[in-house]
Amino acid sequence: MSDNAMTAKGLVNGLLKSSRAFVLGTALIAGSMTMLSTSQAQAEKILRIGNDGEPQSMDPHFISTIQTSRISDDMSLGLLTYGPDGQPVPGAAESWTVSEDGMTYTFKIRDHNWSDGTPVTAQDFIAGWERLLDPALGAEYASLLYIIEGAEEVNTGKDGAKLAAKAIDVHTLEVKLTAPAPYFLAQLTHQTAFAIPRHVVEKYGRDWVKPENIVVNGAYKLVEWVPNVHTKLVKNDEFYDAENVKIDEVIYYTYEDRTAMQNRFRADELDVARDIASEQISWLRDNLSDSLRIAPYAGIYYYAIRTDKEKFQDPNVRKALSLAINREAITDAVLKTGELPAYSFVPPGTGNYTEPAYVSWKDLSYGEKVAEAKKLMEAAGYTAENPLKFTLRYNTSENHKRIAIAVQNMWKQIGVDAELFNTEGKIHYADLKVGDFEVARAGWIADYNDAQNFLFLGEERTGPLNYAAFDNPRYNELMLAAENEGDLKKRAELMHSAEAIMMEAQPYIPIYYYVSKQLVSPKITGWIDNAPDRHLTRWLDIAK
Amino acid sequence: MLSYAIRRLLIAIPTLFVVITVAFFMMRIAPGGPFDQERALPPEIEKNIKAAYDLDKPLIEQYAIYVGKLFQGDFGPSIKIRDFSVAELIMAGAPASMQLGLTAIAIALVFGVALGTYAAIRQNSAIDFVVMGVAMIGIAIPNFVMAPLLSLVFGLYLSILPTAGWGDGELQYKILPIIALALPQIAYIARLTRGSMVEVMNSNYIRTARAKGLRETLVVNRHAIRGALLPVVSYLGPATAAVMTGSVVIESIFGVPGIGTYFVKAALNRDYPLVMGVVIVFAVMIILLNFLVDMIYGLLDPKLKSR
Repeated sequence: MSDNAMTAKGLVNGLLKSSRAFVLGTALIAGSMTMLSTSQAQAEKILRIGNDGEPQSMDPHFISTIQTSRISDDMSLGLLTYGPDGQPVPGAAESWTVSEDGMTYTFKIRDHNWSDGTPVTAQDFIAGWERLLDPALGAEYASLLYIIEGAEEVNTGKDGAKLAAKAIDVHTLEVKLTAPAPYFLAQLTHQTAFAIPRHVVEKYGRDWVKPENIVVNGAYKLVEWVPNVHTKLVKNDEFYDAENVKIDEVIYYTYEDRTAMQNRFRADELDVARDIASEQISWLRDNLSDSLRIAPYAGIYYYAIRTDKEKFQDPNVRKALSLAINREAITDAVLKTGELPAYSFVPPGTGNYTEPAYVSWKDLSYGEKVAEAKKLMEAAGYTAENPLKFTLRYNTSENHKRIAIAVQNMWKQIGVDAELFNTEGKIHYADLKVGDFEVARAGWIADYNDAQNFLFLGEERTGPLNYAAFDNPRYNELMLAAENEGDLKKRAELMHSAEAIMMEAQPYIPIYYYVSKQLVSPKITGWIDNAPDRHLTRWLDIAK
Repeated sequence: MLSYAIRRLLIAIPTLFVVITVAFFMMRIAPGGPFDQERALPPEIEKNIKAAYDLDKPLIEQYAIYVGKLFQGDFGPSIKIRDFSVAELIMAGAPASMQLGLTAIAIALVFGVALGTYAAIRQNSAIDFVVMGVAMIGIAIPNFVMAPLLSLVFGLYLSILPTAGWGDGELQYKILPIIALALPQIAYIARLTRGSMVEVMNSNYIRTARAKGLRETLVVNRHAIRGALLPVVSYLGPATAAVMTGSVVIESIFGVPGIGTYFVKAALNRDYPLVMGVVIVFAVMIILLNFLVDMIYGLLDPKLKSR
C-alpha cells in the first residue's frame, strides 16, 4: 500500500508544483495589468456604463430598445435632442417656426458637419425619414413618424404616396403634419427622426454602421462593438459643440445579469450601472446610498381585462377587481424599490397634460375599497361560495409572479378565484395581441413625453395594442377631437375627459408607476434624474 | 481502423442534416415569434419586417431557402442583433468560448483524474472521503451560485482579479471563468475516475500484473489507468462539446464574449437564424468529438484495436 501512496503523492505533488507556478504567474500578470490600466485612466476621461441589455444595432432605424437608444443618443443629434434634464432642447435644428394651424413646421438646420467633415443638410433628414418608412427596410418603429403627412401611405406601400417634407434650401426643412400634434417636437429627439449620412449609406448599404464605415453628427462615434461585451465610443471632434464635451471615451458594457453588473460597480470597474439587483435594495440603501438613484419614470404597470369576454362586460365587475388591489402593499411590501401606487393610466408629470384623471375612489381607505368591491361583486352575483373564475396571465419575471400572487390573494376576499398562468414573454405578448386571455399583466413606457402616448392604448382604432379591446364611443370621440385640437390647454382637457372615462370603466387596472433605478458614482457630475431617464454623455463629466 | 473512420464521417452528414431539419421545424412550432413583445408592432409594420426576413413565405419554402443558403455557407442575418450576420456573431464569439472551454476541460482532466486515482488507491480512507465529499459538493453547487461567489470573493473582497469583464482578452479576465467552468468538471471526472479505477484495481488482469511482481507504480500507471480512463474518455466527448460552446451562466456573469449566451437568448428572442447557427455549431462539435472519442477508445482498449 505504501507504494500506492507514493505514486499518488507523486502525481499530486507534480500537479501542485505546476499549479503553484501557474497561480504565481497569473498574479504577476494580473498585477501588472491593473497598473497599466490605472495609468491609462489618468490620461483621458473614460466613462464606463453598465448597460442592462445587448444593443440591437447602431443603425437608428433598427433600434427599438432603450438599451440601444442610450448608445445611439450619444452618437446622433436629432433636430431636437435631450437636454441635461431629459427635456427636449434644440439639436441639429437651431430654431423653428410653426404655422398658425399647428400643422406646418419649418426648421433652420444648424451649420454643422458629419464626423467625416461633410456638412449636414436638410436633405439628410428627409433621406433618413424616407429610409425609415421604406417598406422594404422593415423598420420596427416606422409608425412613430406617421404623424407626418404621407408617412403611413409610404410605409404601407400605397401607390404615388409621398412624404410631405421638403428641403427649402440646404439648411431649411419644411414638414407638414396630419394633425396639430404638440408632441411632434418631443418626437424629434427619438432615433426614428434622426438624419442619415446619405453619402455613406449609399456607399456601404446596410454595412454603413460598421465601426470602420460609420459617420455620425453627434458627440461620440463608434469605434468598437464586441457582441455581448461592450460598445466603445470616442469623442467626435467634428461635433458642433465638441469644446463643451468633457468625456473623451464612453464604454457601454452589456450586462443582463444585474448582480454581476452591481458587483462590477462596487469594484469600481463601472461608473454607472443602468439597473440594480432589486432584491438587494435594502443593502443598497444602507451601503451605497450616495450612488443609488431612484426616480419616477414615464411608465405604467397595469393589468388588462379583456372587455369583450362575457364575464368582464359589466364595468362594475372590472371596477371591483381594481378596487380590491392594495397598490400600497404591492409597492411598499412586494417591490420595495420606490415605485408609486397608480390610480391613473397616465403617470403624473407627463408632458402636454394636466394632473391625470384619477379613479374617483382613490382616497378611500383600503377597508372601504374592499367593502365597496364586495358590494359590487355581490350585486353581479359573485360571492365566496360562487366565485368569479378566470385566469390571470403574466410573463416570466420574479416580480410579475410576486405581484400576481399578492393580487390573487387580495381578490379572494371579494369572491374571485383567479388562476395564475405564466408563460415566457414571446408567448405572452403573442396571445395578448390576438386577445387570447382574460386578465393579463402588461406595461407601457412612453416613446415621447405626451399623455396621448398612453391614452391611445384605449382607442378602438389602435388595434392589437388595445389589449383590453376597450371600445367606448365617447372615449374614441374625445381622443380624435384631442388629436385635431391645436390649442394645448383644450387638447389636455379633452384627453383628461377621456382618461376619466377610462378610469371609470377600468378596462385597464393601473397598478404602479415605474421608476428608474440605477447606480451612479458620486464622481460623475451633471447627472440629473429625469422622467424620460435620458442622460447623454455630452452633458456629463468625471470629477477628479 | 481507417475504413471505420471514413464510415463514421460519412454517417455524420445525414445526421447533421436531420438535426438541422428537426431544429428548424421545432423552433417554428414554438408559439410566439421574433416580433411579439411588450409593445406590439402595428400589423402593417409587422408585415414589412416579416417580408424583409422571408418570414411571410410558407414554412416549407422558408426551409428550402434556408438549406439552399446554408449550402453556400450563408447562415443568414440575426433578427435581433441586426448589424451582424449569424456567421459573424459565431465567428466573433466562438474563439473565446472554445479557449475557455478547452482550458477548463484540460484542467479538469488533469485534476479530476489525479484526484480520482488518488482516492481510488486510498479507497475508503479519510482522504478518499474528503476528495469524494468535495467532489460531490462540486457537482451539487450549480454554476450560477459558484460563479457569483468567485467573482465576489476574488474580485470584490480580495480584489486580486477583475470581478468580470473581458478587457482585451488578457489572462486576468479569463481565470475566474475558467475556474468556474472547470470546477464541476473536475468533480465529475474525479468521481468517474475513482469509480472505474476501483473496479479496475479489483480486476483479474491487475491481479495478474501484481502476481507477476510488477511494482505498484507500474501497475497503476501502465495498466490500471488505461482501463480506468475509458469511461472518462467517453464522458469527455459530449462534455468537451458542451463546455467549448460556452455557458450562458458563466458568460453573462463574467461578461465573456462567447456564444453560450446565444443558446438561451436567441431561443427566447425567437431569433431563428441565430438559433439554427448555434445548433449547427453544437451538433458539429458533438459529432466531431464523439468521433475523436471513438478513435481514442480504439487506442486505449485492446479489444477494439482490431476493428
